[in-house]
Amino acid sequence: MRIVSTVLTSLKSLRRNPTRTLLTTLGIIIGIAAVITMMEIGNGSKSAIQTSLENMGANSIMVMPGSMMGPGGARQGAGAAVSLVPADADAIGEYCPSVALYSPVVRGGNVQVIFGNVNWVPSNMFGVAPAYFEIRNWDIEEGRLFTNEEVDTNARVCVVGTTIVKEVFNGMSPLDCELRIGDVTFTVIGVLKTKGANMMGSDEDDVVLTPWTTMRMRVTGLKTGTASNTSSTVSDSPGERFAVSGRALYPDQDNSITKDKLFYSRFTQLDQIIVTASNIEKNEQAVQEVSDLLRKRHNLGIEQDDDFTVRNSAEFMSMLNQTSTLMTNLLLGVALISLVVGGVGIMNIMLVSVTERTREIGLRMAVGARSRDILRQFLIESVVLCISGGIMGILLGHGMSLMIATVLGWPIEASPQAIVAAVIVSATVGILFGFYPAWKASRLDPIEALRYE
Amino acid sequence: MSQELIKLVNIGKTYFLGEISVPVLKGISLEIGKGEYVALMGASGSGKSTLMNILGCLDRQTEGDYFFDGEEVGRISGDRRAKIRNKKIGFVFQSFNLLPRTSALDNVIMPLNYTAQGLSSSEARRRGIEALKQVGLGERIDHFPSQLSGGQQQRVAIARALINRPPVLFADEPTGNLDSKTSVEVMNMFSELNASGITVILVTHSTEIADCAKRTIMLKDGRIVDDPKRHAAEPKEA
Ligand SMILES: Nc1ncnc2c1ncn2[C@@H]1O[C@H](COP(=O)(O)OP(=O)(O)OP(=O)(O)O)[C@@H](O)[C@H]1O
Ligand SMILES: [Mg+2]
Repeated sequence: MRIVSTVLTSLKSLRRNPTRTLLTTLGIIIGIAAVITMMEIGNGSKSAIQTSLENMGANSIMVMPGSMMGPGGARQGAGAAVSLVPADADAIGEYCPSVALYSPVVRGGNVQVIFGNVNWVPSNMFGVAPAYFEIRNWDIEEGRLFTNEEVDTNARVCVVGTTIVKEVFNGMSPLDCELRIGDVTFTVIGVLKTKGANMMGSDEDDVVLTPWTTMRMRVTGLKTGTASNTSSTVSDSPGERFAVSGRALYPDQDNSITKDKLFYSRFTQLDQIIVTASNIEKNEQAVQEVSDLLRKRHNLGIEQDDDFTVRNSAEFMSMLNQTSTLMTNLLLGVALISLVVGGVGIMNIMLVSVTERTREIGLRMAVGARSRDILRQFLIESVVLCISGGIMGILLGHGMSLMIATVLGWPIEASPQAIVAAVIVSATVGILFGFYPAWKASRLDPIEALRYE
Repeated sequence: MSQELIKLVNIGKTYFLGEISVPVLKGISLEIGKGEYVALMGASGSGKSTLMNILGCLDRQTEGDYFFDGEEVGRISGDRRAKIRNKKIGFVFQSFNLLPRTSALDNVIMPLNYTAQGLSSSEARRRGIEALKQVGLGERIDHFPSQLSGGQQQRVAIARALINRPPVLFADEPTGNLDSKTSVEVMNMFSELNASGITVILVTHSTEIADCAKRTIMLKDGRIVDDPKRHAAEPKEA
């Protein structure tokens, strides 16, 4: 009852002087607001990264042609070899014990799809194997996925994402519809479940997936010997377009080679091989196995660099998390400084308050308050002051992150831990910086205090 | 013969201002029994307030022993003294000393915050209202001090002093800030309280007020010069 009534009294006195309360707690408000905003933005981007990585396949490993040096970097020993071929994918499946699933990936690039009089350029167009759907945890909403036979026979079937259904098919079921991809007509056999936007903000459901063989043979054209130029598949250059239409001119040739896997195995290039380890602990091991296998298959000497890149999504995630943790820590440091400055403000106003209320302290002592009662009263007042500043800071911080979310479109996530921490931190600031003034008050002599003018 | 409540033995109080020592009380010995009504008089600067503060456990003597209710209270810890002030002593000041912007009721029940066995807030309210009724302010419980007359403020202060039902009430010039009419009201209140059994000790400059008391002690330069009950045993020094 005593603590409650002290809290109520101090709240009342804070309300009596709102300007002073606001100015006094400004440091706390700003510090806490900064913490809350940072935490909400940090959490938001963390969980956005998390979800998009889960969408990507939580423990997926990506194998890409070309070395780490990236486009334009000089690469030794590449020259004639096709750096990632279908046989590499099959070998990974066969000889890497830690690998559970694998799928070749062929990028479709910016190819137009046409249905009726609607045309559309999907942001994602890939040729894949059926394992791809399992790797990416992507289920079918209606219809069916394509099969391995359909991959082997270059079947002209495709599955589409919900955005395609909305934009191209106007919301009606696209099953068994004829969808033209570039110059080739495909039958839509399935619609994928909605995934939403990924961490880069691009729409994952704006996707058309076909068997990779079909994509390579019929849509993008064979890519032989130009292995080193990985970016050409997504280019919109006339040469690329020419190659595409060139392919379409010879459909018979495709039919003649459908049974002959070796043909395309030897000469076509893959844009990516996506792989999952049998479990997340085996991730590192799988990366090692894949690297060793590919080096052997590509006849790379000890002194030669890899002509491929293996990327582990877990690695990617921890890298992203590290960056955001670093940022968060830096900003928390700034917020902490602001809290210390705020605390000094609190100490100052509490010292003023103790002096102003010397007579009141004397009176309270005269009617029986012990030193510790006075100490407690002023500590509670300073804690109440700080917590009200903290609450204002929480509201302000949350408002700011909401504003950032609306204006900049960044993902945010309210953080209950941060709110609890903010309250605890402001209470601690109140105790730390309120202690000296409260102690001074409690040391007063009753008679001196009563006589104070 | 009434029972002894207060016993001063050779009390001295000396202030030290740097090198200079200012003796204010010089060997005060006195006994006050339960239920007495005592007025303390004397010229300005004779040490009345100093003595009252020592009696009210607000200040400590520098020499001698002060027995309150049989216990020497001059050398006990501050917390023990706080407890005595809270439970056994009511103190009324010349300048009322009410908390501003705080209702009469909240002023009256304020000491209960420091009482060891805490009352529930409704019980505290009930006690506060009862005390305010006792001083004739039952209608004014929600008034702020700024909305009360001087006499009413002093009565609120008396109610506050009585809230823990102490056996003794000290008042240092309780009517000093009041006009003669309200002084009479306040003095009547002290007489009533004394009649109900409370020991009353007050400081005053007015002989009329002192006449209300059953015993008047005269102070001069820190010494008792006249006390109708002066003990033969009281030590005398220069
Ligand atoms: N804190 C102090 N330091 C030094 N001297 C003091 C202090 N307090 C009181 N005195 C001195 O003690 C003497 C007695 O003061 P006190 O207040 O007890 O007088 P009083 O009898 O109550 O007078 P009044 O009738 O004017 O209230 C005065 O001379 C005063 O100067
Ligand atoms: Mg005086």
